[in-house]
Amino acid sequence: MAEQLLATESQRQVRPVTGSGLHILRAGRVLLSVPTLRFSDTGCTVIVGPNGAGKSLLVRSLCGLTRLDSGTVFWAGTPPDSRRRLKVGLLLQRPVLLRRTALQNVLFALKVSGMGRREAIIEARSVLEDSGLGMVAEVAAHRLSGGEQQRVALARALALKPDMLFLDEATANVDPASTLVIEQQLLKSMQAGLKVVMISHDLGQVRRLADEVVLMHQGRIVEQNFTSAFFEQTSNPVSRRWLAGELLV
Amino acid sequence: MQSFTQALLEALALIAAFDGDLQEIIILSLRVSLSAVLIAALIGLPLGAWLATTESRLRPLLVTLTSALMGLPPVVVGLVVYLLLSNAGVLGPLQLLYTPTAMIIAQAILVTPILTALTRETISQLHTQYADLLNLLGVRGSSRLKTLLWEGRHGLLTALLAGFGRAIAEVGAVIIVGGNINHVTRVMTTTIALETSKGNLSLALGLGIVLVFIALLVNAAVLGLGSYMRGQEVTGNG
Repeated sequence: MAEQLLATESQRQVRPVTGSGLHILRAGRVLLSVPTLRFSDTGCTVIVGPNGAGKSLLVRSLCGLTRLDSGTVFWAGTPPDSRRRLKVGLLLQRPVLLRRTALQNVLFALKVSGMGRREAIIEARSVLEDSGLGMVAEVAAHRLSGGEQQRVALARALALKPDMLFLDEATANVDPASTLVIEQQLLKSMQAGLKVVMISHDLGQVRRLADEVVLMHQGRIVEQNFTSAFFEQTSNPVSRRWLAGELLV
Repeated sequence: MQSFTQALLEALALIAAFDGDLQEIIILSLRVSLSAVLIAALIGLPLGAWLATTESRLRPLLVTLTSALMGLPPVVVGLVVYLLLSNAGVLGPLQLLYTPTAMIIAQAILVTPILTALTRETISQLHTQYADLLNLLGVRGSSRLKTLLWEGRHGLLTALLAGFGRAIAEVGAVIIVGGNINHVTRVMTTTIALETSKGNLSLALGLGIVLVFIALLVNAAVLGLGSYMRGQEVTGNG
């Protein structure tokens, strides 16, 4: 029984997400070149860097959404497979919600995960209540504000109890009040064991959330460091220039 | 001009009386065209959604083919169906020629490419938007198509309307395979054609008015249904 439980648990695990020899070339230009990659196992890793640095491509590759020209991504030591797909969540800058109510959006994800309808309805309601979205559960998702839409997308992702959650500038277009709610929810989930990897241009957010910072430039990882060390003690010349507000070209 | 006014008045009187013959023709028209659209929808909606999402190498060929078939001349379709259903044809033993079923088949052939192409267009746009989400959730195969079709329901309703418009207004194919037999295969368009050639303008005009009225009614119904569905979404019962 214990072995069975252990086996089920390992089937659900995607952490650590690692990569080796990750390469994406387009029209002779290197868009992504990451020889080895490993994020810290817990807490929050924030990927920073200028536009076009390859941050989104890296995250999409790790989620199994973008095909690599070479290299392999590993979820807990093995290549990504459909069985564990639901254990990886991704929030994009523009929330992708179905043209249904907030409740039905969460319900859809739960039903896809194999949950029975009745149980899924109860679970979806409770997830929305926990996210402070109980009042808008029955409202069409596209009628909600941008912030509320992103919170529904987050609630839907968290409803599946992911092992790892990626956010690609998920709060870039969100009002400060909603950003605060989203950050609080991420912190709560991280305390419960969720690993978060986010892309952010907001240095304040990086300081508030990150345990680890990864700076990318021209498709490569320039530096990976603890947050305080990155901001205060980095000796990397590119990191220093970026922190000083220079444009990296 | 006087004869036109007279014909119009007679036509309105015919509609007001709504006699058995008129009823029969209208009901058969609706039955044939609605059945044809239903069959075309059962084929065209999943096929269009599949074409929008597949990475098959056959895709460009099939897309070109369905787009080309959208412009099929109804008389040619009528002729081909006639040849298939006639006694010498492969489907001859079914004895379907000059029956409403033959007319349904012909109209379904005409409407299917339209529904396929319009569905493909609607679902393509949605697929660009939802591909990442569906990939992340591992929604594949028929459940992916079903999800996308449901998300595109408003656009698809308009496609169904366009299909119905094509079917109900069509005359060339149904007159060949149906034969325009009184009380059996006579529909509004074929009657209009026949009565006009006979000089019976009042019945032709009366049916013409009914045809336009049905087209307006269907449009209004679809628009109404669309806004009702959107309203339901807001209150959450949709």
